[in-house]
Amino acid sequence: MPRRTMIEAIRDAMDVSMARDERVIVFGEDVGFFGGVFRCTQGLQAKYGKSRCFDAPISESGIVGSAIGMAAYGLKPCVEVQFADYVYPAYDQIVSEAARLRYRSNGDFTCPIVVRMPTGGGIFGGQTHSQSPEALFTHVSGLKVVVPSNPHDAKGLLIAAIEDPDPVIFLEPKRLYNGPFDGHHERPVTPWSKHELGEVADGHYTVPLGKAVIRRPGAAVTVLAYGTMVYVAEAAAEETGIDAEIIDLRTLLPLDLETIVGSVKKTGRCVIVHEATLTSGYGAELSALVQENCFYHLEAPVARVAGWDTPYPHAQEWDYFPGPARLGRALVETMEA
Amino acid sequence: MADAGLLRFHVPEPEVRPGGTPDFSNVTIPKAGSVPRPEIDVDPRTIRDMAFSIIRVLNRAGEAVGPWAGLLSDDELLEGLRHMMTLRSFDARMQMAQRQGKTSFYMQHLGEEAVSCAFRKALALGDMNFPTYRQAGLLIADGYPMVTMMNQIYSNEADPLKGRQLPIMYSSKEHGFFSISGNLATQYIQAVGWAMASAISNDSKIAAAWIGDGSTAESDFHSALVFASTYKAPVVLNVVNNQWAISTFQGIARGGSGTFAARGLGFGIPSLRVDGNDYLAVHAVAKWAAERARKNLGPTLVEYVTYRVGAHSSSDDPSAYRPKAESDAWPLGDPIVRLKNHLIQRGVWSDERHTQAEAEILETVIAAQREAERHGTLHAGGKPSARDMFEGVYAEMPPHLRRQRQQAGV
Ligand SMILES: Cc1ncc(C[n+]2csc(CCOP(=O)(O)OP(=O)(O)O)c2C)c(N)n1
Ligand SMILES: [Mg+2]
Repeated sequence: MPRRTMIEAIRDAMDVSMARDERVIVFGEDVGFFGGVFRCTQGLQAKYGKSRCFDAPISESGIVGSAIGMAAYGLKPCVEVQFADYVYPAYDQIVSEAARLRYRSNGDFTCPIVVRMPTGGGIFGGQTHSQSPEALFTHVSGLKVVVPSNPHDAKGLLIAAIEDPDPVIFLEPKRLYNGPFDGHHERPVTPWSKHELGEVADGHYTVPLGKAVIRRPGAAVTVLAYGTMVYVAEAAAEETGIDAEIIDLRTLLPLDLETIVGSVKKTGRCVIVHEATLTSGYGAELSALVQENCFYHLEAPVARVAGWDTPYPHAQEWDYFPGPARLGRALVETMEA
Repeated sequence: MADAGLLRFHVPEPEVRPGGTPDFSNVTIPKAGSVPRPEIDVDPRTIRDMAFSIIRVLNRAGEAVGPWAGLLSDDELLEGLRHMMTLRSFDARMQMAQRQGKTSFYMQHLGEEAVSCAFRKALALGDMNFPTYRQAGLLIADGYPMVTMMNQIYSNEADPLKGRQLPIMYSSKEHGFFSISGNLATQYIQAVGWAMASAISNDSKIAAAWIGDGSTAESDFHSALVFASTYKAPVVLNVVNNQWAISTFQGIARGGSGTFAARGLGFGIPSLRVDGNDYLAVHAVAKWAAERARKNLGPTLVEYVTYRVGAHSSSDDPSAYRPKAESDAWPLGDPIVRLKNHLIQRGVWSDERHTQAEAEILETVIAAQREAERHGTLHAGGKPSARDMFEGVYAEMPPHLRRQRQQAGV
């Protein structure tokens, strides 16, 4: 099977979708001729023409707002916001419009759009190229939220998102674009070509929204992770020698509660990890759900490891980033609790 | 062509792409000195054509001509040349430092030095700029220490911003330089608000808003024009049209409006275009606009026509989207060469003195760099502490952050 980077897998998902369905339209800042600052749309304009892949003015509200209009007409726009940190001008369009269109028109109008954006830190991007705003979207009724962690899933999830009848926020952990980063910034990253999850089948396939996957089976503690944190969790399990069961959520909304509950009932312990800030982060929702559904099976308090509640700093990137050492400590504490 | 009434989708395209021959024959360049200089209290309706012309002072022979000439003395011009040369030299060194891994990121001004350097000289102490990442000339021309800028770029132990911000996102209230956000256009409307506050407080200070051609597409740009127009805010609304927004040519943001300056016309804002590579023209127009603001005549929109000669940033390679030689074909030339030639023409400068000044400036920049590097670079030497990361989120650290700082063990 061909190996691809996450960038190539994402590009392939759009390519396959555009080839299968004329209604699929791709646009965003620097997306057309150049193919995006991360090159995720490279070649799509040449292949499908300027009416189906084009450069947008620098206006995130304009990009999402016009995508909503196109969706209302009957197209299926898959738009790019250059960095998740720049999505806020589009927030009103996403929250007040895209998320509610089906509900308020009782299905008369719908909004099958995908808003792709690179997310997360680890590239010394400072506060404007590092944020993880997923919880700002999971909090909104009417949106689906996806965070892939590898090329295989990224392609299948993006195709599923494009085919989904409702708006999907598709967050791409940029630190994973070229390889599975586990937080050990001092070591070189293994490229996807050397990782089995870099295997990406040609053609059409989907990874269904709302289905988590167990990345590492284990008996001692359940770790709930997504995106970059999946690899941080793998490193932490290995380095502490704790037999953790690592669940890659893949989709935050809808959430695969069954897989989570099944695992926590088995292990009796749960550690949640995300890069986004702690307070009111998605971990709070996960923690509440675990407590509601697994209370009588829990042998330790549910723990959360997250970004500190500060803006994402530049120089102190590795003090901020919840790496394997910090997660490892939480695993040990949870085992000892 | 008859098309049976079927609609077609239109996407603007630049004249030339990589592999093609650069061609700016569509850019009409009026002769230097040909655009009149109206009184500052002119009725905006009578100068609408200025939004479609280009105010220029320096002609091809290096002479300063026309009604916008004659404002600056020999010494002021020599100082202006020195500022631009310093900025260029600073950029070259810092760009190299980035390549050497001493910092994560850099953005240079190559070809656009006149805009921020000359503009600064038209403002007074206490005025406030709301700059983008491409106006470091505002700091250089105001005497802000280069070492401090470098400390910020290196995120080292002496970084006034404690390593929190991306390189070049400076901040200095003292030097009238508002903290750069990095989120495009957000600060354009904030500049208008600052100016409104000055008027509300019956103060005499004015504000300057800054934005790039591409970023004028953001809603905040349009909000700024409404507010500035409605409240006659004492603000200069600057648009730096350097032809490119990363890989996107200016036509994508401009659309059918003809020029960026023309955006101001619908709001009744006097809107001027100026040769952004002409130090004298930039300064004269900035002075005119600043004076209008200070005399309660309200906002002015100024479009600086220039060209981004370098890459967008240290993460960008322009050869993928524009012809390599495009900058050489740019018809407005190089701002430093043009001012140099003018000074030679005035009899106060020479090629020898220029070469000597170049060497002196480089030495000063290198000395500053050495001093900054004594305080560390991004990955080596003195760093801001992890403690600093938790400070300054609020005036007073709330208990949850205190707990987190403790947990972090710093
Ligand atoms: C809200 C927002 N969207 C997107 C970006 C990414 N971005 C950074 S610079 C840039 C291009 C800006 O071009 P222009 O306004 O012409 O300024 P120039 O870089 O040419 O000076 C883009 C798209 C951003 N920083 N903020
Ligand atoms: Mg530009």
